[in-house]
Amino acid sequence: MSAFLTSSLMHNIFGGLAQGVVYSLVALSLVIVWQSTHVLNFAQGAMAMFATYIGMTEIDRGIGYWWCVIISVAVGMIVGGLTERVLIRPLYGKPEINPIVVMVGFLGVLEALSAAIWTSSTRNIAEPFSQIFYHANGNLVYLSPFIIFQIILAICIMLLVAALFRFTRLGLQLRASALAPEVSRLLGIRVSRMLTIGWMLSAGVGAIAAVIQASGSFGLFPTNMDGIFVAGFIAAAVGGLESPIGAVAGGLLIGLAEQFILAYWSPNVAPLGGIIILVVALMIRPQGLFTKHAGRRV
Amino acid sequence: MIRVQNLSVNYGAVKALRDVSFEAPTGQITAVLGANGAGKTTLLRTISGLVTPKTGSIHLDERPLVGVATENIARMGVAHVPEGRGVIEELTVEENLRLGAMAAKVDLAEGLREQYERFAALGERRKKLCSTLSGGERQMLAMARALIAKPRVLLLDEPSLGLAPQVTAQLMRSIHDLCESEHLTVVLVEQNAKSALRIAHRAVVLHLGTAVASGDATSVAADDNLRRYYLGVVVE
Repeated sequence: MSAFLTSSLMHNIFGGLAQGVVYSLVALSLVIVWQSTHVLNFAQGAMAMFATYIGMTEIDRGIGYWWCVIISVAVGMIVGGLTERVLIRPLYGKPEINPIVVMVGFLGVLEALSAAIWTSSTRNIAEPFSQIFYHANGNLVYLSPFIIFQIILAICIMLLVAALFRFTRLGLQLRASALAPEVSRLLGIRVSRMLTIGWMLSAGVGAIAAVIQASGSFGLFPTNMDGIFVAGFIAAAVGGLESPIGAVAGGLLIGLAEQFILAYWSPNVAPLGGIIILVVALMIRPQGLFTKHAGRRV
Repeated sequence: MIRVQNLSVNYGAVKALRDVSFEAPTGQITAVLGANGAGKTTLLRTISGLVTPKTGSIHLDERPLVGVATENIARMGVAHVPEGRGVIEELTVEENLRLGAMAAKVDLAEGLREQYERFAALGERRKKLCSTLSGGERQMLAMARALIAKPRVLLLDEPSLGLAPQVTAQLMRSIHDLCESEHLTVVLVEQNAKSALRIAHRAVVLHLGTAVASGDATSVAADDNLRRYYLGVVVE
């Protein structure tokens, strides 16, 4: 058993899963916004990074790590809600390219603003759990308390989001507002409030991804979510953009693919993993691996 | 009671409704009849607040509805079953019903029990996705979802569309019975003038956005000219 745990196969699986769950969270946050407002939020990563900066700055004031996580998520949700109200709401009913252009611009603004406030240099954040790998019979198991925390936290968030959408009144109203906004209004549901809540939820999930990413060995810098966003975006596209389960599966798949390419080919081509999976997935099922409908309403 | 006065609606340069006035009395069925493009759907959408009129007023009893948001009009007790029924296909039968009850302050369990009693077929299919329902079942669900909120006013847009003649006759009977048992104010938009006039107390005939006649359903039904020129009913 210990030989199996310490094998290079398991090393790559653990490493792939650890990165994959971050991609899954970003993909999930993109799917929530897409489902509720049919907007592709290109600033998702930058919004999460900005929220993490604000939350993690509090560590300097002597507040504990967990409070900073809560502050990051709360700030993320506020930024998400405000973005929907101020930047996106005036664009409903306009050509689909308009919100995309606005959010790409917003991404640039947030990254520039973060660099101006906190500088571009990498900040290392004291992780809540050790990153030292476990040992079994004297051999390394490529699993650390931090990686286990990262995977468990991501799974909990995903289950919570799934439960919210599936079992709660709010979740049902969110789904209905996204699926049939006009009918929902005729039933007395405050659809515009639901759209704001959808953006808040999405930004909260994104902030958790950014906190995990920044707490690991990568640290926090203004563009640290750019690559993660691209992988998350590909994961969401592979899953079909409308399926939370697809987003999670897509993220894990890309994390694993990158890790195996890194191990058996070259670290320089690891980002190709996502692209290869996207191309293959789109060739097999252009609507996404987990989307039920063959077509999409345009 | 719904009171519409001098209502005009424009879609850009197109005049969809011109100076339309009528009353839909409490506890009665008012049929709104006319050919395609007469403005029937626009009229219902304007009452629900989905379309803003250019001029005119709409009152629910004494309360003005123009300028009130759609969701608030729904919360005031106006249930609108839109054209095509508006059943959310990706949700189950019960989820659709739960949505209907959500904004109204009603007991959900009691409401569900009542609707499953009224429409037994829905009870049997409560866990099924609505995309699997037949046209008749969808119409039942649309009605049940509106009724579960215990509305005062029911706006029905072409409920007979796509239904077989026997199903339409059954539907019209249940609309009539509901109106009596629940003391509902019903505004029934229909192209199928014959079926609608059979159960309606009052009728309004629209032609190219103008109300060309309104009054007792029996007198509208007896007017050969109206029937021949506007309602497409063959006069023997």
